[in-house]
Amino acid sequence: MTVGELSLGQAVDRAIEDAMARDETVILIGEDAPMLRAPLFARFGADRVLAAPISESAFFGAAAGAAMAGLRPVVELYMVDFLAVAFDAVLNHMAKLEVFSGGTWAAPLVIRAPSGGGYGDGGQHGQSLWGSLASIPGLAVVVASTPADAYGLMTTALGHDGPVIFLEPKLLSEEWLEFLGRGGRETVTFDVPAEGAVGPVPDSAHSTPFGKAAVRRAGEDVTIVSVAVGVHRALEAAGLLQGGGISCEVIDLRSLRPLDVATVVESVTKTGRLLVVDEDYREFGLAGELAAVCLEAALSPRYARVCVEDTLPYARHLEDAALPNVDRIVEAATALVDA
Amino acid sequence: MELAGLYRQMLRARSYELAAEDLWHRGLIAGEMHLGTGEEAVAAGVVTLLGDGDGLALTHRCSPALVVRGVPLVPMLRELLGSEDGLCSGRGGHMHLFSKEHLAATSGIVGASLPTAAGFALANRRLRPGRVAVAFTGTGAMNSGMALETLNLAVAWSLPLVVICIDNGWAITTTSEAVTGGNLVDRARAFGLRTNSVNGRDVRAVHNAAAKHVDAARRGKGPCFLLATCPRLDGHFLGDPLIRMARQPLAEGKDTFTKVIAAAMSRGGGGIKDRAGGMTRMMSVMARARRGPTRERRGDPILAARKAMKKHKAERDRIDAEVAAEIEAAVEAALNGFGENDGG
Repeated sequence: MTVGELSLGQAVDRAIEDAMARDETVILIGEDAPMLRAPLFARFGADRVLAAPISESAFFGAAAGAAMAGLRPVVELYMVDFLAVAFDAVLNHMAKLEVFSGGTWAAPLVIRAPSGGGYGDGGQHGQSLWGSLASIPGLAVVVASTPADAYGLMTTALGHDGPVIFLEPKLLSEEWLEFLGRGGRETVTFDVPAEGAVGPVPDSAHSTPFGKAAVRRAGEDVTIVSVAVGVHRALEAAGLLQGGGISCEVIDLRSLRPLDVATVVESVTKTGRLLVVDEDYREFGLAGELAAVCLEAALSPRYARVCVEDTLPYARHLEDAALPNVDRIVEAATALVDA
Repeated sequence: MELAGLYRQMLRARSYELAAEDLWHRGLIAGEMHLGTGEEAVAAGVVTLLGDGDGLALTHRCSPALVVRGVPLVPMLRELLGSEDGLCSGRGGHMHLFSKEHLAATSGIVGASLPTAAGFALANRRLRPGRVAVAFTGTGAMNSGMALETLNLAVAWSLPLVVICIDNGWAITTTSEAVTGGNLVDRARAFGLRTNSVNGRDVRAVHNAAAKHVDAARRGKGPCFLLATCPRLDGHFLGDPLIRMARQPLAEGKDTFTKVIAAAMSRGGGGIKDRAGGMTRMMSVMARARRGPTRERRGDPILAARKAMKKHKAERDRIDAEVAAEIEAAVEAALNGFGENDGG
């Protein structure tokens, strides 16, 4: 069955709704859930769509317990920044269970967290954080950059036998942008990559495997690796670089943990140059990890990273400069080839 | 403080927020703009009790308290506009306003004002005896672990902390009572704080109630908790879809209602009772949002203060004119030279 042309946010909602319809153990917990997820609330009722108080450490811990006891909760946050308040349940409990129980017990749950900036909400509301989260054994961490993958990754997450952090880039999600950034105004604009925001979702049985990157553009000279909005910025930059005679391969990881090392290594073996584009923090994160996996594969590519280097500023023009943008990517890729 | 002084501060806070609302609608302010309209009597009643050395920890709805505290308006407005000469160099924004000089800090993380204020109180006890710290918070935040832990910590350490909990009936788009067990005043009392509740629309009542608490905290009597009930006049934030849908269901709610009805009619899912329960609860939340108080109507604390000032009409008129001029000048100064190197 064709799901059709959906926005990224609709694709996530649809995957959750389909899973709730076929699996009675799937429940949804979140602040404001009856309003934010009104269609689910109207269809499945208050027993399966639970309004949470602003008690993140409690309802995240409870979600882990409920998952251990047979339910499959989807736990929502307004944004991934707020996961900090619930972090103990994630770091020390849900992520540890499988090993602590000798592999006999898992907590199958999905944390749905909007992430990222680009709409002027300041440094406590615009972080990406996937690098920090993907450093934790016991978690799966996935990030969608298209509606098809949003549906596919959420569908896989809802069948996964352990805790999954599903990150939903706000800049690609019309619903979040409207809610948090626009608020009905026509006086503000956002630099939204169109292919990421709306697109076809092929089939209601469609799923995207974890640990399998997508090569979004084939090229010979530079391997650009990214996730989320960064993939679209990299694709735009690759188009410009092509005009200057530089051929870029653009890899969308989709899943940080597990990480598709093979696809990255294969590409870097071909190009000899690795450029990481990451809306998360530069140090001790995805960018360094990708350099490490190349070194471990006995590769020594020319390397550069275009990332977020400091706390994200509130002002739109400062935020635009702080997030990886096309100009910075073009400059970094050109320097790699010129060197 | 006399009523006239309190009225002036309320009006300054309101006028500032209305200016921010206008700038937001013009697209000059980015992100979520949470107005403190409806909270003016609480802000004025409490913050006029504070002076040099007293600490103030605030939430995402921070402007009224900062305006009353005397933080300069032009840098505040320029911060909202995303200017590099704003209060926080354009880096903080409206949920993250900081004034070291006033020992005033804000956070967009719900509940975070309590532990921060507890730290201000701890430092004040050692460094500035007699000075206190005030945390503004809301009913939604009082369910967060960090808020509850702070209530206990403040009692265990006997901190000069005053918690002002604003009860506007809402936790974002959820009604507070739907997600709150028991009564918050009882809860704070059970932790051992001195507690009180007050009509947060009545600035003199707030001022008197808060004065007792602040005075007790100054004299080393430990922490206290004041619950102040007041309206939330402009939703959770500007553009709040719940308010838009409730007030203009046809124009703003059509898509949502269509989706909700389609989902409720879909095969598979809950039984009739679950589905009916879901719809009923949603409708009651919408109805409550629709009935909610609005500006310049009964329930607006500014109107109550204006009424209380009616015997001093000449003075009231003078204050009205002076505040209007002050805010107008601040907005003009903030917008002066606002250009492409700025960005809301």
